[in-house]
Amino acid sequence: MTVKKAACFGGLGDRIAAWTALSISTVCILIMGFILFFLVWESLPVLRTTTLSDLLTGMDWYPQEEPPALGMLPLIASSLAVSLLSSLVGLPVSLAIAVFTAEAAPRALRNLVKPLLELLGFLPSIVFGFLGMAVLAPWMQERFNLLTGLNLANASALLGVMMIPTVGSLADEALRAVPQELRAASYALGATRWETIRRVVAPAALPGILSASLLGVMRAAGETMVVLMAAGGAAILPKNLFDPVRPLTSTIAAEMGETPVGSAHYHALFFAGLILLSITLIINLLSSYVETKGLRMKGGG
Amino acid sequence: MNRWKALAAVLGAAVFAGRALAAEVVINGSTTVLPFVQVAVERFAAAHPEVKMSISGGGTGNGIKALIDKTSQIAMASREIKKGEVDQAKVKGVNPFETTVALDCIVPLVHPSNPIENLTFEQLKKIYTGEITNWKDVGGPDAPLAVIGRDSSSGTYGTWQEMVVEKGGGKRRVTPRAQVAASSGAMLTMVAGNKFAIGYDGIGYVDSTVKAVKVEGSAASVTSAKDGSYPLSRKLYLYTDGEPAGGVKAFIDYLLSADGQKIVLDTGFINIQ
Repeated sequence: MTVKKAACFGGLGDRIAAWTALSISTVCILIMGFILFFLVWESLPVLRTTTLSDLLTGMDWYPQEEPPALGMLPLIASSLAVSLLSSLVGLPVSLAIAVFTAEAAPRALRNLVKPLLELLGFLPSIVFGFLGMAVLAPWMQERFNLLTGLNLANASALLGVMMIPTVGSLADEALRAVPQELRAASYALGATRWETIRRVVAPAALPGILSASLLGVMRAAGETMVVLMAAGGAAILPKNLFDPVRPLTSTIAAEMGETPVGSAHYHALFFAGLILLSITLIINLLSSYVETKGLRMKGGG
Repeated sequence: MNRWKALAAVLGAAVFAGRALAAEVVINGSTTVLPFVQVAVERFAAAHPEVKMSISGGGTGNGIKALIDKTSQIAMASREIKKGEVDQAKVKGVNPFETTVALDCIVPLVHPSNPIENLTFEQLKKIYTGEITNWKDVGGPDAPLAVIGRDSSSGTYGTWQEMVVEKGGGKRRVTPRAQVAASSGAMLTMVAGNKFAIGYDGIGYVDSTVKAVKVEGSAASVTSAKDGSYPLSRKLYLYTDGEPAGGVKAFIDYLLSADGQKIVLDTGFINIQ
């Protein structure tokens, strides 16, 4: 009965809209599935040349040699280091800005800061890369007396700044979406503004803040141009902040163009893409685990 | 009336000649070769509007791949075609034909403030394999050495690897501490921005922001590359499917003509005549 009712509810216009939405979303899902399939399909042949453990724990990346040395540990470590460090730079600042614009700033100031923040988000990544290469690197080298200014710290600082607009803006929206009644109730109980933000508003906005942060971390992990230009590109395990590093993304970007199609190197680069996908997937799963756990704790408390 | 006939004949001939060339010529491949071929394409297309030209640079490997897949008619290459690629081509019924169009010389580069004038092959090799890590070991100031190479898939990397790093005995691997420049332009920026740096680039890219170093006492120049006295030079190629014909032939003939070779010179490479 209900099904019938729903079906005749809208008439032609509704049905067209429903079908359009259904077909568009189906096509999108199919395309995503195809991309995933293609990635796996193109990366697996590398296992004919080398073993999984050599790929994941090997220290030498010399893909041009015969036979090729395809150790990706330095690349994986670099990707992780860059994502972690840039999150350390970017997330606290983004969240502080979000708390400021959502909770503390007067309306006029908020109306000024928010568009400015979003404007920063429109800057193409190559602009950041160029800044890192031409401005930050020489300054860093001079200031800290380094071998090179193109290094882990440089790339992480740039990526950290790059994630601020997205994360700050989304976290701001999440905080603003917390009902005003909650704040009012908290104030009525005698809580200060900071106590209210910390104990009431932030926990209520936690899922939104987490997914905002997640988006930032993933952007850092997947960003290519900035690390290609500013990270230095040495395939070594980073031992300190000022070592040049070579994340998976910049390796793919730099080498895919001239790699003979069908070679072990070619398939290894696809495999690097698959590792990257796994890394972001793991971050995603971890955060949803944290999120549900956080919600449960809140429910219990 | 005769005049009209003559005009008709001329027009007919022009249309016919146009027909003979009319084809789409797609060019793809090495970004080292790209700069002068691109200029040549622009000039050629202006004179021959009937030939549709399109050009892009995806790297030597991609260019040859496109030739094999028949999605392009000309592949630009900064290295000779590999045996594996020839085999793949034969399977698809493509017969790669090589035309040498220019010479390129690779030049070691340092920061303009670096007093180093000359390096030997052995010194270059030891710098790149990581055995020498301080400028004082090659006669410079007591300062660390920042080694910059190209991405391992670029044609310039291949030539450097072959002509410098693998020369003689000993280590054959570039030190993993070497930084990587993702393009010829990025190499210039990286060397120009780092007073400890050493890098290399095709002579076509070298400008006054960096200092070119002599190799075995020989300075890179048009004359020294041509007469063979500069030891770090290489040929640049165009590959076609079989001997060039039609619009492809017309274009390659243009590139090899005096006009075309002048473009090669003007973009910083070396002509082959």
